[in-house]
Amino acid sequence: MGIEILGLPLMYYIAMVAKVLVAFVFVLLTVAYATYAERKIIGHMQVRLGPMRTGWHGLLQPIADGVKLFFKEEIIPSQASTFAFLVAPLIALIPAFITFAVIPFGGVIEVAGYKIPLQIAAYYDTTAGQVFDVNVGVLYILAMSSLGVYGIVLAGWASNSKYSLMGGLRASAQMISYELAAGLSIIAVFMLSGTLSLTKIVELQSGFGGFEWYLFKQPLAAFMFFVCSLAEINRTPFDLPEAETELVSGFCTEYSSMKYAMFFMAEYANMVTVCALTVTLFLGGWNGPLTAAIPLLGPVYFIAKVYFLMFVCMWIRATLPRYRYDQLMHLGWKVFIPVALVNIIVTGIIGYFI
Amino acid sequence: METLFFLIITLVALISAILVITCKNPINSALALIMTFFCLATYYVMLDAPFMAAVQVMVYAGAIMVLMVFTIMLLNIRVDATKKHSHKLIFASIIGFFTVINLIVMLVKSRAALPTGPYSGEMIKMIGHTELVGREIFTSFLLPFEITSILLLVAIIGAVILAKKKI
Repeated sequence: MGIEILGLPLMYYIAMVAKVLVAFVFVLLTVAYATYAERKIIGHMQVRLGPMRTGWHGLLQPIADGVKLFFKEEIIPSQASTFAFLVAPLIALIPAFITFAVIPFGGVIEVAGYKIPLQIAAYYDTTAGQVFDVNVGVLYILAMSSLGVYGIVLAGWASNSKYSLMGGLRASAQMISYELAAGLSIIAVFMLSGTLSLTKIVELQSGFGGFEWYLFKQPLAAFMFFVCSLAEINRTPFDLPEAETELVSGFCTEYSSMKYAMFFMAEYANMVTVCALTVTLFLGGWNGPLTAAIPLLGPVYFIAKVYFLMFVCMWIRATLPRYRYDQLMHLGWKVFIPVALVNIIVTGIIGYFI
Repeated sequence: METLFFLIITLVALISAILVITCKNPINSALALIMTFFCLATYYVMLDAPFMAAVQVMVYAGAIMVLMVFTIMLLNIRVDATKKHSHKLIFASIIGFFTVINLIVMLVKSRAALPTGPYSGEMIKMIGHTELVGREIFTSFLLPFEITSILLLVAIIGAVILAKKKI
C-alpha cells in the first residue's frame, strides 16, 4: 500500500469512515421509515389506509413528522432536575445506535486490492489471512443494552412527575428482568458455536443452504430470545412503560420536541438492533445463495431478513393486546428463566454425547 | 494513535471522577461514576482484555449502578435538604497525601521491564480473551471459582431471608 498514517494504510481509515457512515445512515433511514411502515402496515391490517396525504401514499410522512417535532416548543418542567432531564434522551439513544458497530452485515469485499469486511468493528489481517472482529461481540451488545435502561430511569425520575416516575420504574424493572432471560437463552447458542465473535457465529451457519441456522438447532432459544428482546425494548405486547390508558405516556410524558423524538428514535433503533442481532445469531446473518460469487449480495440478504423480522414486530403489535404487569413478571421470572436454564442443561448433555 | 486515545480517555476519566465527589446532586454523581467505569472499560480494551471490558460495563455500569440509582431515586434526597458535610476532610487529605506518595514511589522505583508471562498480546488475539479466561477459570482456578459461587448463593439466600419475613 502507498500512503501510511500512524502505521496503518490510508485505505484502512477510508474504509472505516465509509462503513460507519453507511451503517449509520442506513439505521437512521430505517428508523425514519419504520415509523411510516408501522403506521401503514397496522393501518392495512385494521382495514384502514394509514397516512395518505403527505406525498404519494404518504411517503413523505416521516419527514413531515420530523420537521413538526423539530419546530415544537421545547419545555423543561420548572421542578425537573435539569441536567438529568437533558441527558436522558441522549443516554437512551446512543447505546441503541452503537450496538450496530459489531453486527456483521456482509462478507469480505475487495476495493482496490484492499479487503474490507462488512462489519464496522473489524479488519482483515493480510498476514494471518482472516478477519479479526471484536472478540466479545455478543457481550458488547448485552453490555450496551444494559446501559439503555439509564435513559429511561433518568427520564422518569428527572421529570418530577408521578406518571413519569411510575413509567420509569416499570420500564427499568421490566428491562432488568428480561435482560437476564435474553442473556440466558443465547448461552445455548454459544455452547454450539464455541465463540462469542459474531463473524464466526455467522460463518458457522453458512452450510447446507440455510439448514445450519441456529434457528433449527435451537428453536426454543430463538423464540425466547426474540420475545425477551421485545420485552427488553418495551415493544408491544410488553409496552407497559408507555401504557397510555394508565400512565399518560410513561417516562416520556413531560418530554416535548426533539427530546421526545429522540426517545422515539431510540425505540425504533433498538428494534432494528434486536432484529439484526436475531438475524445474526439465529437466521444465518448475511448468508444466502450466491454470496461467495457476489459478495455484495450479503448486505441484501441481511437487510431482507432484518426487514422481515421488523415486519413480524409490527404484525405482533397489530395482533396482540398488552400484557398485565403481574403476568409480565410471571412470564419473565417463572417461565422464561427456568426454561432457558433447562435448555442450557439439555444442550450441554446432548453436546457431551454427540 | 493509542497514546492520543489514552490521553483523551484519561482526561474524561479524571474529569468524571472529580465530578463524582463534587456534584451536589447524588444522581449526577452516580452518572459521573458510570462514566468513570466506562473509561476503565476502555483501558481494559487497550490492555488486550476485551472480556474484562465487557464484564466491567455489564456488571458495574449495567447492574450495580442501576441498583445505586434506584436507591438514590427511591430515597428521594432533595438537593436543598442535603447538609454540607465535612466528610472528615483532614483525615481524608492525609490518606490521599500518603497514597499519592506511594504511587509516585511505585512509579519511580518499579522496573518497567517485568518478565513476560505465557499470555502475550498476539496469543490473546489469535485464541481469544474469553477462551483463555474460561480455560484458566475452569482448570487452574476451579476451586476458588466454586467457592465464590457458593458465597454468592449464600448472599442471595441471606438477602431473601432478610427481605421476606414469611417464607
